[in-house]
Amino acid sequence: MSRDDRCHRIARDPEFTALIKKKAALIVPATIFFILYYFALPVGAGWFPELMQKEVWGKVNVAYLFALSQFFMTWGLAFLYVWAAAGWDRQEHRLLKKFGADSKE
Amino acid sequence: MIAIVDQANTALWMFLAFVAATLVITYFSARQSKGASAYFAAGRRITGWQNGLAVAGDYMSAASFLGIAGMIAMNGYDGFLYSVGFLVAYLTVLFLVAEPLRNTGKYTMADVLAFRLSPKPVRAAASVSTLTVSLFYMIAQMVGAGVLVRQLIPGISYEAAVIGVGVLMVVYVVFGGMLATTWVQIIKAVLLISGSVFLSYLVLKKFNFSLGDFFASLTAISSTGPDGETQTRNFLHPGLIFKNPWDQISLGMALLFGTAGLPHILIRFYTVPDAKTARVSVVWAMLIIGAFYIMTTFFGFGAASLLGPDYVKANGGTNMAAPELARLLGGEVFFAFISAVAFATILAVVAGLTIGASTSFAHDFFVNVIHHGKEHRPGEEVKVARITAFVVGAASIGIAILLGPSVNVAFLVGLAFAVAASANLPVMLASLFWKRFNTSGAVWGLGTGLVSSIGLILVSPDFMKDPIFPLKNPALVSIPLGLLATWLGTVLSKEEASEEKFVELTVRAQTGLGAEKATEH
Repeated sequence: MSRDDRCHRIARDPEFTALIKKKAALIVPATIFFILYYFALPVGAGWFPELMQKEVWGKVNVAYLFALSQFFMTWGLAFLYVWAAAGWDRQEHRLLKKFGADSKE
Repeated sequence: MIAIVDQANTALWMFLAFVAATLVITYFSARQSKGASAYFAAGRRITGWQNGLAVAGDYMSAASFLGIAGMIAMNGYDGFLYSVGFLVAYLTVLFLVAEPLRNTGKYTMADVLAFRLSPKPVRAAASVSTLTVSLFYMIAQMVGAGVLVRQLIPGISYEAAVIGVGVLMVVYVVFGGMLATTWVQIIKAVLLISGSVFLSYLVLKKFNFSLGDFFASLTAISSTGPDGETQTRNFLHPGLIFKNPWDQISLGMALLFGTAGLPHILIRFYTVPDAKTARVSVVWAMLIIGAFYIMTTFFGFGAASLLGPDYVKANGGTNMAAPELARLLGGEVFFAFISAVAFATILAVVAGLTIGASTSFAHDFFVNVIHHGKEHRPGEEVKVARITAFVVGAASIGIAILLGPSVNVAFLVGLAFAVAASANLPVMLASLFWKRFNTSGAVWGLGTGLVSSIGLILVSPDFMKDPIFPLKNPALVSIPLGLLATWLGTVLSKEEASEEKFVELTVRAQTGLGAEKATEH
């Protein structure tokens, strides 16, 4: 059995298609979200200066807090991804075992 | 006079200590480094946190350490926007690129493309794009290094500094390969973070650790305006640098989508044992890079508040804001330390660029295009890479000296990101996720992304008094052009082999089946 053939059989396996769907269900919306969240910052800075200059905490304004929130948004999504991916790893491992190929190959 | 000599010596001794440490590492790496996988990918035995530090060290250039601190010191908030973009970009790397790349490639970005496309044309095109991005980035770093070292250690000329940096990076890469490069980057990341933490601590101490007082001091920064009048500005307000919001959007696009297309960053993910470790290493890198960029708040705004824009301008200019702040708060020894950190920063980045460029030339162009995918003699691939590293080093020394210290090269970094975003990322994503994609789409996409980015820069405000293209960074236009060409090139031709191999690529990219393994000790 060639490796190519095995790939095709894995690709047809319902467990594999379910896994791909699961990955996409997280990655696609998360990617759209971070792109929109990120570009809201230059859009705000460029076109909504009054809103961005509003002081919220002492002299700290919306502009700075929004920029700072981008760091925590990024870390938050990264940890969400790592948490979800740990589950995907287990499914991948099971799948490869089923087809007689462990990840050592 | 005596004070200047002493200060020069402290900085010089710290430089030399760093150089000595990196040369010892290079010596031991050279003894371990046997075979292509060891040379190009450090045997794929780098751990997650090590690679995270190395990615951070590979990525945080002098432009981000000295450049952003200086921009914030001169004009406040808008400089901080760079900090944000540099970090958020890693979500693109984490979600879309790092793991599939590790699972399907061997040494270069082009490996992913060559998996299902006709190898010769895509490797040739990807190699041209890789070399272009690396060279732009490299020249910016080299000119920056020359200017900086001249300011930091009085008595060392621009040329001597450029040659010194160039020779060291070639030594690391030629003798120590990826392993030595990795450790140089790790040490640099540790030094950079330590220096930044201490500098931030000293700034906050000056404000009695009151964040309220710190931010309050930023609302009325006085400086001399363009017409010689005194102006007082709130440095927390956006819009002091970017007058045209589209400039920010375009730059943001280049950062957000370019990072995941920078060849010298991508090849780092081949140095770890598997895709899972690649993922972990991205997260480590994100924690380190994010912490660093948040700290630009303290030493960037701190320099604005404690030194003031006029002082910065009069004492070495924007790039010297962070070192001058260190001198004010920590004295001459800390100034010397921060200077040595800046030097280490540049060396780690140029070493990464050199190995990225030489790997692509040797693996993609020489072995796979010229020699049809076979080494004619054993060890030839590594040998060619070493020669290429030497040539890349010599060429960048030559170009940097020819351009001279007064040429403005900051736009070259933006251009490198724009090419990476417009040429490399679209074809890589299409290759991984679009079944219909084919060779013609890849070549069109890479070519158009590259040519349109460079073309638009040539008619932009950096090159023309009455620019035809109004934006400083071309990404806003060149990314859509790259995507359009990728799509058009694909749909106008048919390539069944590529569609057939898509299934295999998907299975391997998503499960790690058949991925390159770490070498045994």
